[in-house]
Amino acid sequence: MKKKKLIINILLILLFTIIIGISYLIKFKTGIQIGNNTLKFSKSMFIMIPGIFILIGLFEVWVKRETVVKHLGKESGIRGYFIVMVLSGFTMGGLYVAFPVAYTLYNKGAKLSVVFTFIGAFSICRIPMTIFEASYMGIKFTIIRYVVSLPLIMISSMLLGKYLEKRNYKVMEGK
Amino acid sequence: MYYLYGITGLFLIISFFIDKKKTLKALKISIKKFIKVLPQFLNIIIIISILFIFLTDSVILKYLGKDNLFISFVTALVLGSITLMPGFIVFPLAGILVTKGISYMVLSGFTTTLMMVGIIYIPLEKSYFGIKVAIIRNIIFFIIAIIVGLITGIVYGEIF
Repeated sequence: MKKKKLIINILLILLFTIIIGISYLIKFKTGIQIGNNTLKFSKSMFIMIPGIFILIGLFEVWVKRETVVKHLGKESGIRGYFIVMVLSGFTMGGLYVAFPVAYTLYNKGAKLSVVFTFIGAFSICRIPMTIFEASYMGIKFTIIRYVVSLPLIMISSMLLGKYLEKRNYKVMEGK
Repeated sequence: MYYLYGITGLFLIISFFIDKKKTLKALKISIKKFIKVLPQFLNIIIIISILFIFLTDSVILKYLGKDNLFISFVTALVLGSITLMPGFIVFPLAGILVTKGISYMVLSGFTTTLMMVGIIYIPLEKSYFGIKVAIIRNIIFFIIAIIVGLITGIVYGEIF
């Protein structure tokens, strides 16, 4: 993010904090409600994020580029897709976790189509969430979602990856 | 949650015993990357906090429970795309909505777009993959969610 934009962003966050703070003082109901929501969501996000980023850091220093290229790169064939699908099952959190992890994989040499498959599989395959889903909605509901979406995610990721590679697309963090 | 920190802690300890320098470097990378996206995380939290005062259970029930199945389905897809909800809120809610007579097709569209499409995440996604890819990915996954919803509707005998 650019510096000027970043400063504006920080000011807005400060402004928000002040408004919510005042709301608590003058007992402004909507403000308090928003404040409570903020606390609730911050908790669910920030309880997870440090762990994820530490894992990303460890991955960056320990996993060799050649290993990722071999298993998830251009020559990995169909196997790479299955590896990331299984991998995504063991993850948790929202898409906000998927993006930095996907970017890290790409940075280490995973091919684009595999990276997009990871994001897609991540959004639907997380095991803890799947258990939740199946117990509230029934196993049939969950199976339909898996069976229909996984092949579609794989096919569309392959097409998107091919399209972007043809156009010499390069991913850049912080652009 | 516990297993995330169990695994992270374990890896960190092993890593530390093998190579202290490398481990410190890893932590430095973690912190740097985290700080870089921190403002965007805060933005997302603020937006969703404000959005959630409008999005109560009764509002969702009202919009997803329209008599016309097609309109409910489209509303569900749009609502799911523009909002975010953690899984531990979505599925208990969806479970309640089923008992209130909301169709599986509508709920499938809603929960699938919630998980796969994130308009609010676009600024964050953009900072990793660029705006073009962020938009294309969201459109493709939106279409997949439509297909998943329709097939759910067919299997449950709600359409055709």
